[in-house]
Amino acid sequence: MPMITIEKVSKWYNPQFQVLKNCTTTVEKGEVVVVCGPSGSGKSTLIKTVNALEPVQEGTITVDGLNVTTMKKDLPKLRSRVGMVFQHFELFPHLKIVENLCLGQTIVLGRSEDAAKTKAMKMLERVGLTAHAQKYPGQLSGGQQQRVAIARALVMDPICMLFDEPTSALDPEMINEVLDVMVELAKEGMTMMVVTHEMGFAKKVANRVIFMDAGEIVEDAQKEDFFGHPRSDRAQHFLSKILAH
Amino acid sequence: MNYNWNWGIFWDQTPDATGTYFGSLMSGLQVTILLALCAWFIAFVMGSLIGIMRTLPARWAVFVGNAYIEMFRNIPLLVQLFIWFFVVPELLPGDLGIWIKQLRNGPFIAAMLGLGFYMSSRVAAQITAGINALPKGQRMAGTAIGLTTWQTYRYILLPLAYRIIFPPLTSEFLNTIKNTAPALTIGVLELTARARSMQEFSFQVFEAFSAAAAIYLVLSAVVTIGMRIIEKRLAIPGFNGGK
Repeated sequence: MPMITIEKVSKWYNPQFQVLKNCTTTVEKGEVVVVCGPSGSGKSTLIKTVNALEPVQEGTITVDGLNVTTMKKDLPKLRSRVGMVFQHFELFPHLKIVENLCLGQTIVLGRSEDAAKTKAMKMLERVGLTAHAQKYPGQLSGGQQQRVAIARALVMDPICMLFDEPTSALDPEMINEVLDVMVELAKEGMTMMVVTHEMGFAKKVANRVIFMDAGEIVEDAQKEDFFGHPRSDRAQHFLSKILAH
Repeated sequence: MNYNWNWGIFWDQTPDATGTYFGSLMSGLQVTILLALCAWFIAFVMGSLIGIMRTLPARWAVFVGNAYIEMFRNIPLLVQLFIWFFVVPELLPGDLGIWIKQLRNGPFIAAMLGLGFYMSSRVAAQITAGINALPKGQRMAGTAIGLTTWQTYRYILLPLAYRIIFPPLTSEFLNTIKNTAPALTIGVLELTARARSMQEFSFQVFEAFSAAAAIYLVLSAVVTIGMRIIEKRLAIPGFNGGK
């Protein structure tokens, strides 16, 4: 059974503007799928439909066999099992780093303060930020904040992770520290769906690449096929531009 | 100008022989402070509720919130005080209305409700602005880790929003203090009412109102300084001007 299935999903922002057009794909357990495409193609919207941050009007999405498109009361519980990392980090600025990592654990998962803190410190060690546990997000660099954001998702013991352009708000010299953490995660077998323009990351760890344009999934192929010989003109055009340098 | 200055008047006995004019002004100050605090409590609680409602995804909540604000903000405070004091008791079922009219604290209660609800519309507008000023991603991040809507407000949006709007909230609290003065029209013996009665009995109009003005100024200064201290305590490093 796939971890994530997206079936014939369509979404409109208003009757005139359709952001997602009949999108269908799956993500198997342990698979790393990179979603790319020009800006405005709907890739961020698509990834946000997986944990129902964006509602859809048509189609079905399941996560771990549970239908999230019809789910209401159990949504918070499901979301707590799906890790999400945002473009602009979205750490909670009024909470210390360690408190950022404990909030979900204590309130949503019902863990004790001590257990949450132990887990938080373990995860901070993993992303190399133990020394910053007592600081506030505003005192950290962008790259550090994004690593904390990944740790905040990981402390919840997620069954899969969603990344929405995790490096595109970062200064160039900070991109690698974040990608390193993600590569590590992928190697450990985490199921990941990643919206990114980092083709180096895609080549290194992705199993599959999804290419979107104008709300459609234009290409959904194994990594080798996508980079080796993309079938659609649009994907070829996109790759030629993005890989030119 | 032919005016007989007498700054010693404050230590004279009032005609009702309950104490000095100074004592009378002080008891007025007490009522002013108490009225402002009670009204502020209503304004803060109702304002927060209505302000939050206007940021909820449900359309009906936004509509109710907007209607509330328009109603309480656009009727003059004086008219609202008269409505609470003269009209509302008449609308209540017979015995209850009479009981309320005979309450010794009737004017105070009417003023507290009138001022509280009037100010709540202004507080609500601030709360809404504070929540809407937050990046949209904050709400999403809370939702994404599994918080419910209420928990997202409680742990993330509100602690940030209240910090952002702390300075304008301070000035709304100062407005609440100043807006206690019209309560004298429905018989609340607050500071302005005491100054007026002092002027009527002693004819020392300048002294009476200078004293009232000075007391209001000092009161506002104390509040402003207090709020500044709290504001500094609440500041977060790296957020909204905190160091």
